This record gives sequence, C-alpha cells and structure tokens, in this order.
Amino acid sequence: MNVASRASRSASRRLDLAAGRVDLTHGAGGRAMQQLIEEIFRPAFDNPMLARGDDQAAFEVVGGRMVMSTDSFVVSPLFFPGGDIGSLAVHGTVNDVAMSGARPLYLSAGFIIEEGFPLADLERIARSMGEAARAAEVAVVTGDTKVVERGKADGLFINTAGIGVVPPGIEISGDRARAGDAILISGSMGDHGVAIMAHRAGLEFETTIVSDSAALNGLVADMVASVPTIRVLRDPTRGGLAATLNEICHQSAVGMRLDEAAIPVRPEVLGACELLGLDPLNVANEGKLIAIAPAEDAGRLLGVLRRHPLGRDAMVIGEVTADPARFVRMATRIGGERMIDWLAGEQLPRIC
Amino acid sequence: MKHLDEYRDAETARRLAASIHREADTDRRYRLMEFCGGHTHAIFRYGIEDLLPANIEMVHGPGCPVCVLPTGRLDMAIRLAKRDGVILASYGDMLRVPGSKGQSLMKAKADGADIRMVYSTLDALKLAEANPGREVIFFAIGFETTTPPTALAIEAAAKAKLGNFSVFCNHVLTPSAIAAILEAPAVRDLGAVEIDGFLGPAHVSVVIGSQPYEFFAEEYRKPVAISGFEPIDILQSILMLVRQLNEGRAEVENQYIRAVTRDGNLRAKQAVSRIFELRRDFEWRGLGHIPYSALRLKDAYAAFDAERRFDEPYIASEGNKACACPAILRGAKKPTDCRLFGSVCTPETPLGSCMVSSEGACAAYYSYGRMRERTQ
Ligand code: SF4
Repeated sequence: MNVASRASRSASRRLDLAAGRVDLTHGAGGRAMQQLIEEIFRPAFDNPMLARGDDQAAFEVVGGRMVMSTDSFVVSPLFFPGGDIGSLAVHGTVNDVAMSGARPLYLSAGFIIEEGFPLADLERIARSMGEAARAAEVAVVTGDTKVVERGKADGLFINTAGIGVVPPGIEISGDRARAGDAILISGSMGDHGVAIMAHRAGLEFETTIVSDSAALNGLVADMVASVPTIRVLRDPTRGGLAATLNEICHQSAVGMRLDEAAIPVRPEVLGACELLGLDPLNVANEGKLIAIAPAEDAGRLLGVLRRHPLGRDAMVIGEVTADPARFVRMATRIGGERMIDWLAGEQLPRIC
Repeated sequence: MKHLDEYRDAETARRLAASIHREADTDRRYRLMEFCGGHTHAIFRYGIEDLLPANIEMVHGPGCPVCVLPTGRLDMAIRLAKRDGVILASYGDMLRVPGSKGQSLMKAKADGADIRMVYSTLDALKLAEANPGREVIFFAIGFETTTPPTALAIEAAAKAKLGNFSVFCNHVLTPSAIAAILEAPAVRDLGAVEIDGFLGPAHVSVVIGSQPYEFFAEEYRKPVAISGFEPIDILQSILMLVRQLNEGRAEVENQYIRAVTRDGNLRAKQAVSRIFELRRDFEWRGLGHIPYSALRLKDAYAAFDAERRFDEPYIASEGNKACACPAILRGAKKPTDCRLFGSVCTPETPLGSCMVSSEGACAAYYSYGRMRERTQ
C-alpha cells in the first residue's frame, strides 16, 4: 500500500466520538478540521445556510430596526444541572437580543477548544447547542473553531453573536425608566448562580437546585405583542437583580423602591446562599427577565407573564422613583429599609 | 427552610419592636455593642435600626476576622505567596484587603503568585493532595468558629503524612477582644467608648458556650445577650438587654438557646486544644497588642506551621494612617466619621479592611445604609 492511499484511508475513518480527543490538527484549517465540522458541528446545527459551507452566511435584510449582540461563555463546570455551556451560549445571546424586544433570527458560534478535549463532550455540547437553537427558533448560520495548546484554555470557551429584528412601534431601552413605572420580574432569583456554585469542585453540597437557563424570546414576543408600552427589559445575569437594577437606575437617572417580600427566591437557593454568605439578589440568573412598564399597564403585563411557562412566578416587585442619587432602596421583610447595591469584586467562580 | 421564615417574620418583628419602644426609657440612652460582624451585617441587611427608637444605638464591634487582621500579618501572607513553589489558599475576601505599600494578595496574584480562592480548610487540603510537588499554605483567619475545622485539617494532614501542607495561622479569641475593649487604657482614655451592654456572638458561642461571658457581666457590670443572626433573634436580644439595663441587672442571657449551651461544643474545643496553644502576644488591628489573644500550632505540629516552616518574620506595619478602621473596631467611631468613607474609600477601592469584608462596618454602611446619610 502506498503512502497516498494510506493517508486517504485514515482521513476517511470517522472521528472516534467515544474515546477520541481534540488535537492541534483539528484547528489547523486542514482535513482534520473539515472532518470535525462535518461530523460534529454541521449535523448538530443542521440548516441550509450553514450547509452551503461558505465562510459567511448570507440572508435577506428585512425592514425595520435590527439588533446585534455578542457574548462569550467560559462557565465552569461545562455541564451543570439544568444545562451546559452549549445551551447557555445559545440562551445567553438569544436573551441579550430579545431584551430589545427583538425577535432573534441568526447566531454565530466560535469555539476555542483546549488540546486534549474529549470529542464526546464536544459532540454532546454541540448537540445541546443545536437543540437549544431549534427550540428558540434561531439558526446557527456561521461558526469558527480554534484549538489552543493544553493549558491555554480551560476545556472549551464559546462565543456567540446574534442578530434580530425589532417589531415596529417597540422602543425598549435601559434609559427609558420613568418615576412611577412598575418593576416586574418573571420568576425566582438566583437559581443559575447557585446551581453552578453548588457543583463546582470543592463546593459540593446536597442540592436539588437546577439552573434556570432558558431562551426568553418567546416570552418577550408575547409581552411586546400585548403591552407594546414596555419601557425596559433586561435579563439579570451576572451580578443578579441588584446589578441590573442599578445599571437601569444609572442609565435612566432614576431611583427605585422595592418590596423584599415580593421578590421570589426558592427556599433551597436561600439556604445555599446563607451557607455561602451570598445575597440571592447578587446571584446570576439565565432564564429570568426584569420588565419596567407604565404603572397602568403593570396588571396586564403581569397577566401575560404568568400565562407563559417561563413567567409563571412573575411578580410586581416595586416602582421607579425620582432620586438624583439613583439609589435602589428596598423595604425589608421585617419593616426596615436598606439599599441594594452592586456587589464589589466578590470573587465568584465563572458562572457564564 | 421553614426555620428561616420563622425568624424573619414581619409580624413578630413588629411585635418585638413595639415592646422595645414601650419599654425603652426615654430619659436614657442605650449604647449596645454587637461584637460580631455577622450581626453588623444582619442589622444593616434587614434594616433593624429602622425599627428601634432613637435612644437605642448599636455600636459596631471588632468581630470581623478580615477587619482585625493587622496589615503586618497580611504582608506576611503576601510574602509567603510570592515564594517559589508555593500555592497560597485563601478566603476570597482576603484578596482585596490592602497591605503595606499598596500591595494586596490580588495584586500579587496578578504579578504571578499562585493564590487560590477556597471556601474551606478542606479545599486547601485537597489542593495539597492534588499538587504533591508544591507547597500549599492555607491562610487561616477567624474566631473560634473557624478554628476547629483548621484543627481537624491539620490532624488529617498529619495522619496522611501530607508533607506539602501547612497553615498560616491567624486564629484569634473572642473573649480576649471583649476584654481589650473593656479594659485597655488606650480605649478608656479615648473616652469615646461608652458601652452599656453586649450582643453576644452566635456561631462563636456555639463553640465556646455562654460561660466565658459571665466574667464580663460580673466584673464589668455589662449585660450580655447571646443572639442568633436572624432579625427576630437580634430584636429579641435587644429587648433582653433593654430589660436588664432597666432593672439594673448585668447577666449573661442566652437568646440563641436553639444552638448555644453554657459549655459549648466539647468536641470542637478538644480538637482545638489538641493542635493549638495560646500565643503570648498577638497584634490586632484597632485593638493593638493583646496578650494571649490568639492561637498558634503546638510544637508537635510545627511542621504544619507555615510561619516556622518558612521562617517568615512578623514586621508590624501601620497601614493607611487616614483610615479610621482602628477607632471603628473599638466602637469609638462610626464609618461616616471617616473622611475617606464613600469618596476615596469604596468597596471597589478599599483603603481599609473594614470596607472589604461584608462583615465590616464600613462595607455594611456603604452597601446597605448609605442612603440614610442623604436623607438625614
Ligand atoms: S471608610 Fe475606608 S478608610 Fe475609612 S475607616 Fe472605613 S475602611 Fe478605613
């Protein structure tokens, strides 16, 4: 057998998805990379634009405003109760696009893979990404793969970017909150961050907490269709409810007053937070949103939220106030008052 | 978690607050020190001061392990971390504490020192097992609550003959700090510290029991109420102190009976005394040198004592002179008395340890209570 035919035989051998590992040739732009794309990514994301095999995706531009967003995912561990880095990378960017009121359409996906990463894990993550994208009705239309030497990345990092279209008449932005507006949240706070921390090495305790990672675009579509007057939407990810509300106060130059008793927190999350010395309001969510709307529309908006499976536990948690200091205040459960502040540099593990 | 709800119940809180208002004598002031940083944190987190009459004032005490560690000890940790082959395992809070000359563990880490954030002594032990070629040093801080786990980790390391594990021990003792506040001439001369009674620590007392406080009640005529960390616990304990003061009593009362006994946790105390002995002298931030106020490893465990193993000397350092932490830790000043508070010194750019830990008075004021200053 000559060398050429031996080489062609080895290239035609399929990837060993059971025990194989990513090596540097998988990122070198040659046949091995092609094989990785063909056997793992293309079947997982399966759509006509990707199938064309170009370096870019081409699509028709529709009328109206387009939005674009990007996010990188470095979560550790890669698999956690309620999701994995793949589904998270879809949900995160879909939600960032949707928080403008837009309908997300297309995603890009960039993979930075550490040499030695198990092919089985890569395939599992790609499949989970594909499933998450199909469920959210978005298509992964272009992508990129890089492999770095062992020790230069922690297993796998993913970057996604997303594009969406805002329906006409919708004006949603963090600078539009006005004194008197109602503040709503779609459900319980802190589930994602606690689920991740609980499963981090060295911090394992008995828990049933599952990440809330979910694509919120379906919920947002219902909300803007029924209540087009919504002024602000945002998903309280890193830094939790506290950070997100403070961001909005700064953008809109307003204050807020919240009612602690109205903010849903699961008892297990509360218990874990006590143990870890955390405030659930500082802990990340990946499937919840904050909505701010004129007070007169709050009741209707709450109804829309509660009719959707991802908004069943929605609550009105407070109101926007006029406050030059831009403080977020909260009436505590026992009848006192305190501020809700950004968390300063707490050394939290990588949660997204 | 029904347990937690019970101690955070709005109706019970209202009832207790009403009793405090009714019973507090309007002709006098009540200055009550909560020793523990955990209580300081809870008081702000739940807005408990809003429920108290104006003549009851909570004075924040030194019971915050991050806060009382003197700058010189932090400098030692930084020097240890920078040694070749060392992994320093530390609680996350310590990373941001400012050391001498603008140093911090965070900066040392950015400069290449291998510093790992851990949540417990056990994490550090695991690090040592996983890195046999490296020296793993656990940066141990804390009062009587965190000492037993450190003792058990050292015992486990000794048993497993784990040759690359050691502890940089900064464990300190609560009764010594209370005595220092009541006794030290420096504190008395300042004259600013009037304390009528103490809210006794919760978790510390689970370990040491209520008995050690009896001396303070008797000797200094100061009532003590050992209190849990939940808002209802704290309100109940304040009511107990008000009643004691009204009746001229000075006793140790135990509000936290669901966890604290008179003798504490015998097994935890035994573990500590197997491994540790008293240090002749230890410097505290704010309280100065206090004899027999801290622990060190017994000679039999010297191999696990990072100070001896690496022959690292203590060099005292004053820290930032404008920082009022020392006076705050003695109860002589409030965070807002510090002219750096909130302007130069914030949780993002802390100049003193009290702004770092969530149990520190400055951090609690800043994160939970600074809107009060504006509205007053
Ligand atoms: S505000 Fe900062 S500088 Fe002032 S006492 Fe507190 S920690 Fe020290």
